[in-house]
Amino acid sequence: MVSDRYAIILLMILLDRVTKTYNKNLGSALDRISLHVEPKEFVIVVGQSGAGKSTLLKLLTREERPSSGKIIVGGIDYDKLPDKNIPLLRRKIGVVFQDFKLLPNRTVFENVAFALEIVGVSQKEINNTVPRVLDIVNLKDKASRMPRELSGGERQRVAIARAIVRQPKILIADEPTGNLDPKHAWDVIAVLEKINRYGTTVLLTTHNQDIVNKLKRRVITIKQGKIDSDRANASYNEKRPVPEARVRN
Amino acid sequence: MGRRTTTFGRIVRTGMLNFVRNAWLAVAAMAIMIITLTIILFSLIVNATFRNTVDQITDKINISIYLKDTVSEAQAKTFVDDLRALPSVEKVSYLDKAAALRAYMKQNVGNESLLKAINETDNPLPATIQVKPRDLNQLGQIRSFIEKPDNKKLQSDPASDNGDRREAIDKITHATNIMRRAGVVAVAVFATISVLIIFNTIQMAIFNRRDELQIMRLLGASTWYIRGPFVIEAIIYGILSAIISILLINALFITASNSLQATSLGILDISYSQQYFRNHFWWLLVIQLALGILIGAASSIIATRRYLKFKTPKK
Repeated sequence: MVSDRYAIILLMILLDRVTKTYNKNLGSALDRISLHVEPKEFVIVVGQSGAGKSTLLKLLTREERPSSGKIIVGGIDYDKLPDKNIPLLRRKIGVVFQDFKLLPNRTVFENVAFALEIVGVSQKEINNTVPRVLDIVNLKDKASRMPRELSGGERQRVAIARAIVRQPKILIADEPTGNLDPKHAWDVIAVLEKINRYGTTVLLTTHNQDIVNKLKRRVITIKQGKIDSDRANASYNEKRPVPEARVRN
Repeated sequence: MGRRTTTFGRIVRTGMLNFVRNAWLAVAAMAIMIITLTIILFSLIVNATFRNTVDQITDKINISIYLKDTVSEAQAKTFVDDLRALPSVEKVSYLDKAAALRAYMKQNVGNESLLKAINETDNPLPATIQVKPRDLNQLGQIRSFIEKPDNKKLQSDPASDNGDRREAIDKITHATNIMRRAGVVAVAVFATISVLIIFNTIQMAIFNRRDELQIMRLLGASTWYIRGPFVIEAIIYGILSAIISILLINALFITASNSLQATSLGILDISYSQQYFRNHFWWLLVIQLALGILIGAASSIIATRRYLKFKTPKK
């Protein structure tokens, strides 16, 4: 028991036999998934559309609740998390969405500042922090632009800046490159790697085999709601079976 | 500045900004709120005026009992004490013959010939007991007590009670009651409509900004951080509506006193209403503000509730 508890504290993400069923007639979106992620890891989750990647992320951000199984993220046991504390959980997790989800009526600076405003950070601190974070994503000179004036890659970097401005322990990026051309996609990935180097656990879902293969990170493949493979330093090909790679552990 | 103050400041600022941005929606919500508050204010004033009219008339009602000269002080005192013991009696005063005379002369100061005539005779006035009833509807109880044979035989003349006003009083009481009831119904109906319309307005505002709300939720904004601006917005409707409605009533009184020469309209004593309004202006404003804020806050809290729920576990 003692070692279990020790493990929970050390782990960033722990999923224990998590099942999510939206509709009993359609089977489970996720079927008894168990998964550990350690602090500062960079994990890529791959799988075809409908495999269950998005459901997995929604469970982590507590947008959905599992039908059964246990989820513990950053030491927070979701079973014991009352609804009123969900906002507190989400403040500890940075999330980047495929469709950016920026506020269209606010400038780049304001979009990033927004994440700090809602947690009650003073304007002075915001004026201090936001430019530094915009610098990390290479958008310092575009602080006063509106989102519609930016390219897709730039918008996604704004979203990343917003996700990391509160210095979360975990950054969840749901197909952040899904809407981007290769050049911009690489800009975004470069930013994610930089953030990971600073010590943030990154969980990235993607379709892009090129990115997966060049990153050479831990790759978790999900197939029909189950973990098909979980390998360190792996590559991935959507068409063909995952090639042999060093098996984790 | 602490985090709470910062956050509260942001909520208020966003609410005010939204109010300005949703100006047209605000007009609709406020129009109905103004009507509601004006009706409430109007019924408050009319009610107070009627109560005053009834009180004034009641105050003038007074039963005078005239005692025979043969009645001893002791007998008179027992009678007075018995009257005082009646629950329907508010006040009893006893004037002996001399006091009755003094009171009579005081009433007729300036009427030299009358005073002279009285001075030339023996005191012609009987000792008098004056009874003030607590309530108009209890005159009967006092009257039947006076008419009891034991009491009757002490009296020189039949007791007089300016009871001819009785009919007028009944009419006013009846009218007042009807007006009060109508007022309550009108207030209830308009308050309900007002809540529904404000509710709808805020739902529209939320619908326009549902993406923003969803993003706020995903970024970990607390329920009150999201809801607060909507509540502030609705409270602004309430405050402005309260002020406008009290100014409307004020304008109404100015017009009324300028165009109507009479001081009353039917049984409504307008000059008193006006006086009441002036004297209680701040108090009425406070009531209006409280009601406006309450209606605004309640409807916005209900309107936002549905959008702020978290997913409940599906088992």
